[in-house]
Amino acid sequence: MKDKIAEKILLFIALSAILSLALITFFIFQQGIPLIFKAGLANFFSLKWAPTRAGFGILSMIIGSLMVTVGALAVGVPFGLAGAIFLAEFSSKTIQKTLKPIIELLAGIPSVVYGFIGIVILVPFIRNTFGGPGFSVLAASIILGIMILPTIVSISYDALLAVPTTYREGSYAVGATKWQTVVMLLIPAARSGIVAGIILGMGRAIGETMAVIMIAGNALKIPGSIFDSVRTLTSTIALELGYAAGDHRAALFACGSILFLIIIVLNIFAIRITGRK
Amino acid sequence: MAKISIRELNLYYNDHQALKSINLDVENKEIMAVIGPANSGKSSLLRALNRLYEIDYARITGKILLDGKDIFEIPINDLRRRIGIVFATPVVLPGSIRKNLSYGPKLHRRIGKSEVDDLVYNALTSANLWDEVKDRLEDSAARLSGGQQQRLCIARALAMQPEVILMDEPCSGLDPVSTAKIEATMLELKKDYTFILVTNNTKQAARVSDRTAFFLLGELIEIGKTQKLFTSPTDTRTDDYIRGRFG
Ligand SMILES: Nc1ncnc2c1ncn2[C@@H]1O[C@H](COP(=O)(O)OP(=O)(O)OP(=O)(O)O)[C@@H](O)[C@H]1O
Ligand SMILES: [Mg+2]
Repeated sequence: MKDKIAEKILLFIALSAILSLALITFFIFQQGIPLIFKAGLANFFSLKWAPTRAGFGILSMIIGSLMVTVGALAVGVPFGLAGAIFLAEFSSKTIQKTLKPIIELLAGIPSVVYGFIGIVILVPFIRNTFGGPGFSVLAASIILGIMILPTIVSISYDALLAVPTTYREGSYAVGATKWQTVVMLLIPAARSGIVAGIILGMGRAIGETMAVIMIAGNALKIPGSIFDSVRTLTSTIALELGYAAGDHRAALFACGSILFLIIIVLNIFAIRITGRK
Repeated sequence: MAKISIRELNLYYNDHQALKSINLDVENKEIMAVIGPANSGKSSLLRALNRLYEIDYARITGKILLDGKDIFEIPINDLRRRIGIVFATPVVLPGSIRKNLSYGPKLHRRIGKSEVDDLVYNALTSANLWDEVKDRLEDSAARLSGGQQQRLCIARALAMQPEVILMDEPCSGLDPVSTAKIEATMLELKKDYTFILVTNNTKQAARVSDRTAFFLLGELIEIGKTQKLFTSPTDTRTDDYIRGRFG
């Protein structure tokens, strides 16, 4: 009897979580999608963003969002994976117990702090070293890459630790070195966890707003190089929603819808990769 | 010359000494059984021979010679290729049966597909497993029965073309039929390989081994021809153990 009640309550909670998610999705699409058809696909996927004068082209922002996300992964994945491997396989229990919580703490630092560090240190460094404005794809990629490190490290670390120790013994027993064991056995065995960590990191990178606004420069054009300024979908929404009205406001919701679709597509890809045997 | 010579071997886990001044020769192509109650150091002995004790952060002193050569002068991957090990619980790796068998050899050299085919066929045939799995080589190894998994582990050791095969209670979790299959496999393979078989089952030691060594609390108490050791042991502690008068 008690079990039945608990089951009902849990079901209710689960359903309301799903329902609110569905409502948010519905709201965003309902606000944004009509504008896409009103403006026409050609206008919407063009380069001209002048939402008060019926120019709704968001192409440069889509490309901007993708560029900083790919950049963030290029920074975050190798370092994150290396960190996880080092922690899980090459360090003592004491080091693991000290470093893991510290790394996880990094995830709790507000993004405005990361943005601030970017402005104070990274942007001037890039400007002085490579020229250009400093506020750039590169700056955003590096900061986002660092921001997604904790996610990638801690999830990949858990996945590596979850690989049974007997696999390691079996591998050493046939003469594998530590590296061979990591590369040929542990990473493949932990693959789904590692990919999950990367997806979560990617979601964080593509959705991150504050830090990106602060260091990406937000210029409305497709960057010619990684040293150029860039504007993302999220930055546009955050920068303009405060004063937008009418079609302009709807266009920002359309940006949100596109962001949503991109994330769904990326997730489907990732699930495909993980599921492949 | 003995295949393996162990001289004054001590093994420590931190402060705990698990092997005490062991002196032991293993002859080429014999099956040597190692018996003894729990914690007598049997597994530690095997793990010393292929230096697997290193991953347990254990420490050893003394000498171990393989064909007269100090095992610490043999590159570790080569040593572990030459001395294979089969554990008490079958350790199948993730992936297919085929992949389980090619994993080891691929670490050491590049091998083509047809060579893998041969290697898979030979190893599985020698381990008496070919007929049961020949139609499902690409299936996950984890789906085999326990007895089949253990024979796959033997096949995986064989695929390395080893000289010595260490077996740590390989039948402890298996039914009598699977046990009989593994014992038959060992007796067939004996002409080509040297075996050291740790077993809790004194009857098994009596059935398959040429010589038997009795360990107790890290010490080698007695070693001799299996027949002799089981019928007229010289040490009373051996006698107590094989008659089951022991904790
Ligand atoms: N990784 C380890 N760390 C610390 N001590 C260990 C480790 N492995 C074994 N020991 C200790 O060394 C001693 C010998 O253990 P070992 O596993 O060699 O015995 P065994 O004869 O194989 O026993 P069993 O029949 O139970 O398998 C035991 O006292 C055990 O507690
Ligand atoms: Mg043991």
